[in-house]
Amino acid sequence: MSASLQVDAAGRLRHFLDVEGLSRQQLIEIMDTAESFAGVGDRSVKKVPLLRGKTVVNLFFEASTRTRTTFELAAKRLSADVLNLNVSTSATTKGESLLDTLRNLEAMQADMFVVRHGESGAAHFVARHAAPHVGVINAGDGCHAHPTQAMLDMFTIRRVKGEFTPLTVAIVGDILHSRVARSQIHALNTLGVREVRVIAPQTLLPPHVEQLGVQVHHDIVEGVRDADVIITLRLQRERMDGRLLPSKHEYFQLYGLTESNLSTARPDAIVMHPGPINRGVELDSGTADGPRSVILQQVTHGIAIRMAVISMVMAGHAVEATA
Amino acid sequence: MTRWQITAGRVIDPAGGIDRVTDLFIADGRIVALDKAPEGFTADRVLEVPGQVVCPGLIDLSASLREPGFEHKASIASEAAAAAASGITTLCCPPDTDPVIDTPAVVDLISHRAAAVGLVRVRPLGALTQGLGGERLSEMAALKAAGCVGVTNLLWPIRDTQLLRHAMAYAATFDLTVFLHPDEPWLRGAGCIHEGEVSARLGITGIPEVSETVAVARDLALIAHTGVRAHFCRLSTAAAVGLVAAARADGLPVTADACAHQLHLTEIDVSDFDSAFHVLPPLRTQRDRDALRAAVADGTLDAVCSDHQPHEAEAKLAPLPETEPGISGLETLLPLTLRLVDDGLVELPDALARLTSGPAAVLGSEAGTLQPGRAADVCIFDPDRPWHLDPARLRSRGRNTPFAGWGFAPRVTHTLLGGELVHAMDENR
Repeated sequence: MSASLQVDAAGRLRHFLDVEGLSRQQLIEIMDTAESFAGVGDRSVKKVPLLRGKTVVNLFFEASTRTRTTFELAAKRLSADVLNLNVSTSATTKGESLLDTLRNLEAMQADMFVVRHGESGAAHFVARHAAPHVGVINAGDGCHAHPTQAMLDMFTIRRVKGEFTPLTVAIVGDILHSRVARSQIHALNTLGVREVRVIAPQTLLPPHVEQLGVQVHHDIVEGVRDADVIITLRLQRERMDGRLLPSKHEYFQLYGLTESNLSTARPDAIVMHPGPINRGVELDSGTADGPRSVILQQVTHGIAIRMAVISMVMAGHAVEATA
Repeated sequence: MTRWQITAGRVIDPAGGIDRVTDLFIADGRIVALDKAPEGFTADRVLEVPGQVVCPGLIDLSASLREPGFEHKASIASEAAAAAASGITTLCCPPDTDPVIDTPAVVDLISHRAAAVGLVRVRPLGALTQGLGGERLSEMAALKAAGCVGVTNLLWPIRDTQLLRHAMAYAATFDLTVFLHPDEPWLRGAGCIHEGEVSARLGITGIPEVSETVAVARDLALIAHTGVRAHFCRLSTAAAVGLVAAARADGLPVTADACAHQLHLTEIDVSDFDSAFHVLPPLRTQRDRDALRAAVADGTLDAVCSDHQPHEAEAKLAPLPETEPGISGLETLLPLTLRLVDDGLVELPDALARLTSGPAAVLGSEAGTLQPGRAADVCIFDPDRPWHLDPARLRSRGRNTPFAGWGFAPRVTHTLLGGELVHAMDENR
């Protein structure tokens, strides 16, 4: 599906919309490229001149601080010009305005759109309708995909654990509404981990979730048994209104990451969270700030991964232009 | 009026159990004889159609005409032309207009415009509740007197079950058929595609099977309770078909239909976020599709309809969940239905029954048969004249079809409405 839209015949990234459809080799190439950028932020001049003269537009239809900021930093460290647009969606003619917005920005000679949108498939839509010279990066679409988040998580896991194949990874929380979880599951399976587990009550799991290639657990102590990596997901406020979960108190008791709930995990298991954290809901402070936590490393790695993806997609278009 | 002799065609009239190569004679807008001309009959025109099928004009139980209110999508004139070119001579237009069809004035407006165009018989369905709001009964007796052939609330929810019960009882009082779109609004919620493997993968809110089965089960109980005559529209799940079949076996006089695209597409088709496949009810699983096909074949489903919903291009140009659902379906109704014949599921006369006598029975209409004395609404098609669907060449103003590039064998060559030729195939089109 998206493979043909986001990858050209030679296997180069034209857009970065989805982890699904990319090969293990392509995911490794993204991480290797990120590795080469990882030191840039430690230099006194935190810039490489790769994208001088290029314009990257952050097109955010949904509020975001962390993702937008790290995309902005990534593009600036590549020496691109960055335009941040926070577009509020009008209730009546959303589709039209999205297409019109695109046309207007293309007329301003934008080279790349980084798109965050509340509807699943929005980045695919933008990629399908953008001018051929414009690259599109998905910064989160509805509950569908958040591929740069998944890749920065993979990058973090690789830096700490080295190999993927021996790993058991448990993802805890609201899988149903999580674009992060969907992209992580695809990435982990493509990279060949031993087992991916999801841990949640049935109301937070999509029907047929096992088809995504996961083992389903409802009990956290069983679910994290011998796990090497435990990822907890953000629980949105609107999920706590009593329709899917009775209370955040009960959720924390049953699914919160605490030392007692993690007692069956491997002693060297790491804990991850895509942020922002609800302390006392998804995990307690002892865990968030404790020795297992790699949550702040995830944020740092987000810049390198986004530099990698921006430069690869831009390079894919440069090759196309010269050819 | 033209006196016709249609000769050498394979005449199939499912209602009369007729299937043979013979002649059909038409005078004064009516069928006057089959096989042999009546005494003293001389034809003004002889139409030789060897190798072609001559059948009753098709009856489509649901085609949105977009007028009044949505003329940027289509008009009665544009869609009537598309219907005529597709062999359709009677169609029901749902009350999804603006204003909705909840007063005799709107019925009159549609009837007058349709009569002026004159290419197809338009039979309006009235709103079951005022403004389709689900809160107050519409003036059903007045709607019936104005010409509505049934009442429906479409997919607009009636959340109050007591009101639904009263609506059925009131419709029964005036011998009106209620057209039910089984859909439990709380279970559908913000759903957009079938809740299943594809929705799990795409992260799009799903519409579960139970949103249909819960509604069918509730509606069946209310039908039995009120004694209303009811028709289930656009069944999409195997389970719902099973519920309806069981109720009929128990003697409840309900009828049901499916739309043509549901017989060929499944949830897998939306896995590329293609808004052309965004329909309501949603495309379900292959198991559901196979059950619908079997139910069309064995007659559990009385009719196949187009569920025609023409849209302007922009309605489909957005991320999938934000697009408008629906397919421009008039021009694929016959070929998609007859694919079931090619697939070996059903004989041609039975397939044609779902497009003629079946929907006629749902409407209690005299149309849908070639019996002498009836209006000469006739569809003539070549069963083997291959063509490819090019959306740009559709007659409907709606080019929103997921069947672009599909190859079809049957092609309508002539359509007669009340003995007048309203469509003749253009070889160059």
